[in-house]
Amino acid sequence: MKQKRTLSGKIVAYPHVLWSVLFIMLPLLFVLYFAFTTPDGAFTFDNIIALGNHKATFALSVSLSLLATVFCFLLGYPLAYFMAQASPKKQKLLMTLLMLPMWTNLLIRTYSMMALMDDAGLINSLLSALHLNTIRMIGTKGAVVFGMAYDFFPYMVLPLYTTISKIDKSVLEAASDLGASPAGVMTKVVLPLSSSGIISGVTMVFVPSISTFYISQKLGGGTFDLLGDAIERQFQNVNTYNVGAAISLVMMILVLLSLWVMNRFTDSDEGGTQA
Amino acid sequence: MKKLIELKNVSKAFDGEVVLDNLNLDIYDQQFITLLGPSGCGKTTTLRLVGGFETPDSGDIYFDGQRINDVPSYKRQINTVFQKYALFPHLNVFENVAFSLRLQKKGIAEIAPRVKEMLELVALKGFERKNVNFLSGGQQQRVAIARALISHPKVLLLDEPLGALDLKLRKDMQNELKKIQKQTGITFIYVTHDQEEALSMSDVVVVMADGRIQQIGAPTDIYNEPKNAFVADFIGESNIVDGVMEEDLKVTFSGHTFTCVDKGFAPKEQVDVVVRPEDVDVVSVEQGMLTGVVTSVTFKGVHYEIIVDIGGFKWMIQSTDFVGVDEKIGLYIEPDAIHIMKKSEYSGKYGDYSSFSDELDELSDASAVEE
Repeated sequence: MKQKRTLSGKIVAYPHVLWSVLFIMLPLLFVLYFAFTTPDGAFTFDNIIALGNHKATFALSVSLSLLATVFCFLLGYPLAYFMAQASPKKQKLLMTLLMLPMWTNLLIRTYSMMALMDDAGLINSLLSALHLNTIRMIGTKGAVVFGMAYDFFPYMVLPLYTTISKIDKSVLEAASDLGASPAGVMTKVVLPLSSSGIISGVTMVFVPSISTFYISQKLGGGTFDLLGDAIERQFQNVNTYNVGAAISLVMMILVLLSLWVMNRFTDSDEGGTQA
Repeated sequence: MKKLIELKNVSKAFDGEVVLDNLNLDIYDQQFITLLGPSGCGKTTTLRLVGGFETPDSGDIYFDGQRINDVPSYKRQINTVFQKYALFPHLNVFENVAFSLRLQKKGIAEIAPRVKEMLELVALKGFERKNVNFLSGGQQQRVAIARALISHPKVLLLDEPLGALDLKLRKDMQNELKKIQKQTGITFIYVTHDQEEALSMSDVVVVMADGRIQQIGAPTDIYNEPKNAFVADFIGESNIVDGVMEEDLKVTFSGHTFTCVDKGFAPKEQVDVVVRPEDVDVVSVEQGMLTGVVTSVTFKGVHYEIIVDIGGFKWMIQSTDFVGVDEKIGLYIEPDAIHIMKKSEYSGKYGDYSSFSDELDELSDASAVEE
């Protein structure tokens, strides 16, 4: 849409433009610069080539974040659907319950999960009090995936809930009217019509999951090296800034690529040509 | 004709508010039946009960002799054209129309020609690949009709399908719907608050008010022989005055005793008398059975709409002859222009034109569409 902006329209846009340049564009350029230079500032591909040493980290990060995203989706979609169908009063209550954990700092939530899952934590104390075998949770992949899923779950449900609740009820009735069983209504109408929410939800869980470092540090007990940990480590030493930047850059490209693929995937479902 | 749908003693309430009150209705095969009434009369609820989107609180619904109270909508051979079309926004015209056939796992070799045939029926040839979100209201409605008809349902439910269209398009679609109904032989159950639409399209009109059926009949019967003051007022324009039945074929109202064609009332029975505005002749004061003073005259194109004060009661008269405001005129009424109705709960509520205003009518029409 091309539209001539009014002067006042331009003025309101300036703070945002300034913000974007200072805190988004510029840092990204720094990342790009560091990724292709030596600590002395000379151009090099060495940092990118050095990423070969981090193959395992990439693979582990992607697989754990994907797993967390899948869990969030499988749990979040039914919840979002249920919320969208509930009475307005119930919707408000469920929304509050969903948002409540987000009022607590992410780090604190992760620490409290540690307290729960620790070898001598709440769950294991309870188990031993009941004379059952204790379970080792901290330091397992499961704990890390659980931590990611728990921390980012609301980010999956909110966009799903928003898109599902916007679906016109009469469209669902129309599908049923035309012979679609409840399962058919779900797969043929509700899922495709909520695809934009699915993309947002998946993005909003996958992206923070793949770049997290504290969850893997706290719940992984230091046994796993994820991308976030690797980046953090590199940036703690002035001499390895450049490798850290290279990892960040490749990770960003990976995320953007997967988003692009997902967008392509859902676009093909949309309507036909314009009338 | 075969009885296709039967509603027996059906009641329905929402949040304690009774919407349908012991409704009984038979619908026959291949009929074009219209449920007509103001908003909140229960007509849409009746339709939704037949469609399977609501279940009755009490009473039974039969389809082809089978009780279908608990049969879900996707298992009924009944399809619906929704008020706001309810097209699938993620599918193009072809896939919208093909939706039910796709569910039946039909092959594309069968689907494609049937979609083509349906789109031709609703005059949307060549629209297969278009995005439904960019169609006009009338086009969207046609897609909705094609989509509902393609699986050859026994019954098509139409919920104010033309409510959102402009007048010209509405008239065209009325004719088209009637044509489609004749061609396909499918039973149409049509819901509207527009009495003109109901009269011009239907085989049978069911007038509803307050969750109850007021009258069932052919359009001419409903118009010429309304059962009570509500029906007389809702269908067309009516002057409804209090009268006393002197004896068979004799009725007194507005201080004059008229010859009429109705009989079978008790002597001296209080009745409601209906006289349609177009059935009153304007004559000179000497020739008039009633006399009155003209209070307003509006030119309507085909005729003048004249409001006449007769003994404090305002009558509406439609005449092609011009009369002036404040003029004293005589009125002449033929015996067959007088229709006598029994007193009902609606007596005295309707039929006086003292507070008559076109704008008010239009306002209430507009709000009914919003419903």
